[in-house]
Amino acid sequence: MRHLLRRVGFYLVALWAAVTFNFIIPRLMPGDPAEAYIAKLQGQHVTRQEMDSIRKLFGVNPNVPLWRQYFDYLNSLLHGNLGIATSQFPTSVIDVLRQSLPWTIALVGVALILSFLIGTVVGILVAWRRGSWYDTAVPPILTFLSAVPYFWMALALVYVFGIGLNWFPPNGGYDVFNVTPGWNSDFILSIVQHAILPVITLVIGSLAGWVLTMRNTMITTLSEDYVMMAQAKGLPERRVMFNYAARNAILPSITSFSISLGLVVSGSLLTEIVFNYPGIGYALYQAVQADDYALVEGCFLVIAVAVLIANFLSELVYTFLDPRVRREGS
Amino acid sequence: MTSQTLLEIKSLSVDYEAASGTVHAVNDVSLTLERGHVLGLAGESGSGKSTLAYAITRLLNPPAIITNGEVLYYRRKNADDTAPIDILELSRSDLRAFRWSELAIVFQSAMNALNPVMNLEVQITDVIKAHNPNMGAGARKERALELLRLVGIAPDRLRSFPHELSGGMRQRAIIAIALALSPEIIIMDEPTTALDVVVQRDILSEILDLRNQFGFSIIFITHDLSLLLELADKIAIMYAGRIVEMATREEIYRQPRHPYTRGLLNSFPTLRGPRRRMTGIPGSPPDLRSVPPGCAFHPRCPYAFDACPKIVPALLHIPTGKATPDALVACHLYDPSLNPDGAESVLDSRPDDHREASQPPQVELSASSDAGGEQ
Amino acid sequence: MQVTNLTDQNIDSSSILSSAKGRRRGILSVLTSNPKIAVGVGTVVFFVLVAIAAPLLTPYDPNATVVNGSLPPSAAHIFGTTGLGQDMFAQIVYGARVTLLIGFTAAIGSTMLQVFFGLTSGYFSGVIGDTLNLIINVFLVLPGLPLTIVLASLASANAATNSNDTVIALVLLFTSWSYGARVLRAQTLSLKERDFVAAARTTGESTLHIIFAEILPNEIALVAATFVGTFVYAVGAEVALEFLGLGNTSQASWGEILYWAEANSALIIGKWWQFVPAGLCIAFLCAGLAFINFGIDELANPRLRVERSRRGRLLSRKSKAVVQ
Repeated sequence: MRHLLRRVGFYLVALWAAVTFNFIIPRLMPGDPAEAYIAKLQGQHVTRQEMDSIRKLFGVNPNVPLWRQYFDYLNSLLHGNLGIATSQFPTSVIDVLRQSLPWTIALVGVALILSFLIGTVVGILVAWRRGSWYDTAVPPILTFLSAVPYFWMALALVYVFGIGLNWFPPNGGYDVFNVTPGWNSDFILSIVQHAILPVITLVIGSLAGWVLTMRNTMITTLSEDYVMMAQAKGLPERRVMFNYAARNAILPSITSFSISLGLVVSGSLLTEIVFNYPGIGYALYQAVQADDYALVEGCFLVIAVAVLIANFLSELVYTFLDPRVRREGS
Repeated sequence: MTSQTLLEIKSLSVDYEAASGTVHAVNDVSLTLERGHVLGLAGESGSGKSTLAYAITRLLNPPAIITNGEVLYYRRKNADDTAPIDILELSRSDLRAFRWSELAIVFQSAMNALNPVMNLEVQITDVIKAHNPNMGAGARKERALELLRLVGIAPDRLRSFPHELSGGMRQRAIIAIALALSPEIIIMDEPTTALDVVVQRDILSEILDLRNQFGFSIIFITHDLSLLLELADKIAIMYAGRIVEMATREEIYRQPRHPYTRGLLNSFPTLRGPRRRMTGIPGSPPDLRSVPPGCAFHPRCPYAFDACPKIVPALLHIPTGKATPDALVACHLYDPSLNPDGAESVLDSRPDDHREASQPPQVELSASSDAGGEQ
Repeated sequence: MQVTNLTDQNIDSSSILSSAKGRRRGILSVLTSNPKIAVGVGTVVFFVLVAIAAPLLTPYDPNATVVNGSLPPSAAHIFGTTGLGQDMFAQIVYGARVTLLIGFTAAIGSTMLQVFFGLTSGYFSGVIGDTLNLIINVFLVLPGLPLTIVLASLASANAATNSNDTVIALVLLFTSWSYGARVLRAQTLSLKERDFVAAARTTGESTLHIIFAEILPNEIALVAATFVGTFVYAVGAEVALEFLGLGNTSQASWGEILYWAEANSALIIGKWWQFVPAGLCIAFLCAGLAFINFGIDELANPRLRVERSRRGRLLSRKSKAVVQ
């Protein structure tokens, strides 16, 4: 229990760090992104209130001391005020984020689950049949596949399947022209259709990591004494492989899950851009193109929070799976 | 082979194939194990004793390969059914059935041999379930509790995880697991090496009690010859993958024949008796990738003569008189064709190495025993 | 992508140098003994040579417009031409310089940070160690690429820092050091308990000496592996930034080639040669680096090595040990 509280504390610190980054960076940059941002808004109809809150976010007013600016900033954040998206005026940043987030979560979630399951199982099998032809062939192929940049893979898939063969739609989240959003089967089918290529891209890109981690830890685990004892006991092969070997080998995979998550998130950003998939990554891309700093920062914050939550969840899972951790306070 | 024979290992050889060459980890080893007896297997690290033990139930993984030999097991029950089965020829499913129900292993490090993510109950009952699928969950749990009682672990520890147990408890736990299916043979690979001497003594006496109670045979592997002198009925000494001497413990104690055995016995002091200068064995065991030619021990042997680097000694039978079986020694000193003077004259010329004739220590290791001290 | 499985549990620096023949060997024999390392090093060296020899390999100036529009590969232009009429092959070979240089600079700088933070936070217990550890962990958990994008994007607001290669390298450095630092920290934690450290302390050596002259040499394999891993990350992130338009769009680099290809909608109109060469080069370079790391993994963790018997995989009739 104490262990858990410490971890919660850590994540709160990390959250604070992310938030503070967003605060400090624009103020540290040479030149002034804030001024540029404000300048863009000059021609628009912005209420006094909105201008004020923007000033708070970017600290354009030099008369206000820094610590005061910081508290104003935090205050704004807590009220859900992240500024106005100049690239999509007059939509507020928070609204843009609210629309984009579910798409990304769905995409990344599905891809992660798939690549974890497939990758882990393949890793176990490849390690069990060590020295066979597919242990020699599979890892190098996967290594190469994972070295291909995500978006290049996405582009290749778009080119081959989307445009060339026309099997799957090459962009968008759903068919905006023919389908109306809502809980109807047309819409859902359209979503699935549009999601297939992006999901495949992410899965192929991240598969190698899971397979290779699992394979290497399995190989190390298979030489442990308790696996030999399980074999000496005359237990069925499947039980030895899963309950004795894999069950222990998977623990480092879960630890490295947090790193994989970071990579998948980056990969999904680029994938969304290539596919024009309406998630956070695409929003970030458009924000960057349009120099919409408020939206850029907003996207970062949302991504950071999501990653922190996912990491925390994976730690919970690890605690559940490894009895040694539960007992100790460390 | 008599009707008392339980296990007969014939000319077993195990090689490790490595890119740098072939290592003969076990080289033409033959042994017999009688029912209810304790066979001690002694030797330094790298002598091949553990490899031999795992080879018996084919637990070795590539790059280890069994290149020759038979391991004959004489089934229990039928005294007239003398046809043995060769463990090395068993099919995979027969082997799986054989394992643990006939032959169990107690590993050296209980911490490493227990699955860290499973509690004790599961680790005991899953082997029962695998071999007796008809036994219900309640009966299995009963059996698990009974086993814990036998080895002296409190029943409330049934659902503990390995890291929650002390070192001694863990070792008792794997002994309990070994007993689960009432096997005929238990191989114990240095079961007490990792424990302090007090706990060591307790566990060894418990092992003997259990043996007396259930009548299984033990192959006891250790580097500590003194332990075997108290524990074993017969002792085999291994060096560089071969057996160099095999005899009853009385013979080993009273008249060690192979120079290596003599060196081992001289390597620890006695509690009583006159003070002697300690002599170890100079040098170190050979790298098995480049074993010395002829007798592997000759570079370290104080009695080596010209035949030793040239000819690999075979195991010679030395009659011990009486009703005790022959002693076996692989040493040219005992080959009349090579050493006409006889071994005694050579060995007697070094009075330091001559052991005082006295009684070997008693068998019982219970607290009341004073034995012959730490021999 | 997973580029190394080295953790503090399975690393053994000394076994790298004494692999195979059981004796210490020089760097060259280490590099060639393991096929994975050999392939990886060969690939990287190939690209480095291409970058250095760029003027010898092509007569074209990568930025000069030589034809009108984008032409498919031909005898005159092996990789075709870009949307702006520049020779693609020239862009690739000159672009190799930029890509490799930025990646290498970022990797070197990042590795220095990793070594510093990793070793000091591992060696010092108490407040110093804990604080440094906290810093490492916070950086570790914040998502790298989004942070990189934010930083690069904000940097582009100012003319001085806009699309500046050095700035890109710095940004990459800032976001990549934490992973390696954590790995090195874990290794240092276990090494500092060893006897040789206690001996050094007893003989009165300074802390600086202990950390950098005693402990660091034992972690060389790990440092090498994290350097290679950082290099891979740097190349990938650099290409991503350029693809998003945050790099220097007027200079040729592999990422810029992709940026312009996307800007010219090359894919939609079927001009595949604007994408394929650059993408493949990036893939091969990163794969080569990843192979080096896998090779280092195998050298350091002997259990991962597949022993090849001199007689091949012979299993005679009597070999019954293969039960599984």
